[in-house]
Amino acid sequence: MSTSSAVRLQKSLLGLRNRAILWKVIIYFLLITLSISFVLPFMWMVSTSLKQSQDVFTYPPSFFPNSFEWQNYIKGWNVLPFDTFLNNSLIVTFSNVIGNLISCSLVAYGFARLKGRGRDILFLLLLATLMIPREVTIIPRFLMFSWFGMTNTLWPLVLPAWFGYAFFIFLLRQFFMGIPLDLDNAARIDGANNWQILTQVIIPLSQPALASVAIFAFIGNWSNLLDPLIYLRSTELYTLALGLNLFRGQNFTQFNLLMAVSIITLIPVLLVFFFSQKLFVQGVSLTGMGGR
Amino acid sequence: MAITTPTPPKTTRPKLGGMARKEELAFYLFISPWIIGFLLFDAGAIFASFAISFTNWSALSTPSFTGVENYTKLINDSLFYKAMGNSLYYGLGSVGLGTIVSFLLALLLNQDVKGMALFRTIFYLPSVVSGIAVAILWIMILHQDFGLINSFLAFFGIKGPGWLVQPEWAMPSLILMSLWSAGGAMVIYLAGLQSVPIHLYEAAEIDGADTFQKFWNVTVPMMSPVILYNLIVGFIASIQGFVLVYIMTNGGPANATLVYGLYIYRTAFINFQMGYASALAWVLLVVIIIITVIQFTVARYWVYYEGDVKQ
Repeated sequence: MSTSSAVRLQKSLLGLRNRAILWKVIIYFLLITLSISFVLPFMWMVSTSLKQSQDVFTYPPSFFPNSFEWQNYIKGWNVLPFDTFLNNSLIVTFSNVIGNLISCSLVAYGFARLKGRGRDILFLLLLATLMIPREVTIIPRFLMFSWFGMTNTLWPLVLPAWFGYAFFIFLLRQFFMGIPLDLDNAARIDGANNWQILTQVIIPLSQPALASVAIFAFIGNWSNLLDPLIYLRSTELYTLALGLNLFRGQNFTQFNLLMAVSIITLIPVLLVFFFSQKLFVQGVSLTGMGGR
Repeated sequence: MAITTPTPPKTTRPKLGGMARKEELAFYLFISPWIIGFLLFDAGAIFASFAISFTNWSALSTPSFTGVENYTKLINDSLFYKAMGNSLYYGLGSVGLGTIVSFLLALLLNQDVKGMALFRTIFYLPSVVSGIAVAILWIMILHQDFGLINSFLAFFGIKGPGWLVQPEWAMPSLILMSLWSAGGAMVIYLAGLQSVPIHLYEAAEIDGADTFQKFWNVTVPMMSPVILYNLIVGFIASIQGFVLVYIMTNGGPANATLVYGLYIYRTAFINFQMGYASALAWVLLVVIIIITVIQFTVARYWVYYEGDVKQ
């Protein structure tokens, strides 16, 4: 190889490396700028929650509060009976999580492990229910619950979870089908029935999937506003989301208090998210769906 | 479906032995919670909704049969067209831009960067914290005089609009806000990108493909089923969602953000016109079915499924 071509090769390699570095710089620049713009609203929320009332609307707005008014959190919480709202939210959310876990495991086991006529068609129907707009079913559901005398109670928010939810059933069925059938057969030879196989073989092996279901159910119900809005009339039955809406309607200028209470309502969601991010991503890639 | 579901063993033939009959019984027993729920809350509700749409009913009185009156009323209802138009505007805007943003974010994160997990968390987090707290936050961010966005614009000497109070800006504001939760779809795309087989890229490189050609001829076709799935689900979700709109603008200003779901909610639960609201809901169901069929039909020309012979 002549010297000139060696130099040329070296130069082009250098150019290649420079281009790779430039590429990296551009990507990091974009990622950092975008990250800041995604995080900024959260920072703004926290900063507002700590401001004094007269500092919320100043021009130009200051990003950092003049003083840290931690008592905003207590003040805001005590404007309305938020203790009661929290209690109601806990009742609704946890009964939904438990109801979904039980009902969806049963149904998913049926679809994953048992044979019966019409199973494939039923499973297609199950998936099709994900396409039905909520508005179509919400009116008959409301009329049905009022016929049962259940409006203005927590029942309409709690009962449906015990009848399974297509998205979770799909998620669990996918997971159950990945568990080797040999394990079922071994248990069956030992005399186990379907119930025992589900509870003693499948469920202990499905903890990641069950945890995903629990997390999606928790977050979905915690921030649900539509159903409480339609079914609940008495203030003492309000959930946190509905209580926050009431608070906003009454004190729409006190953004510092509103933000403080908003942050409190977000804390459980944030905690769940940070402690279980892996499960989230797993749940998403298992089904190809977000928890919408 | 976005991912191939493993097919369960073939269903047994009609003639069943004792064991198989026992198993079938167990099958129906295990799925019975869903069957009951399906009959009550889904199938039953849809038929009930259809029946109610032919009545005049305030939910308190007894319903009176009015034939197709609700549907003829709907044809002359200007708010019906307005609400449908607004929902399509919102759906196209938020899903269109949202797909682009979330796909670009996923591509960025797929570039073998350090701290990928941290960036992913940052982009994903806003999509998790939906609901009223976020709506209140955005009311403040979009505030005409004191909001974060207009302060930022003022820094460059630009006078920002009254985002939520000017009719022409209200809907773009809501679409902008929806982009903040693009991280949800991003995670799905990222998982998809990471499962594109490396050998396809290597083969393309041997054929002399540059970065853009690899993206256009390998990444995009391989990702197209996931994108299609997200377009359909995202569009159906966005055409229904109205709770954020209810909180932020309550349909205003001048009905500029009166989305279809909000119109149904008002008709049913504020004005107690259950019959008319059911007719509105049924039209929505039909529109969603039509749009989904169109999306699937168009998809035949751009979605690539592995093992398919390209037409």
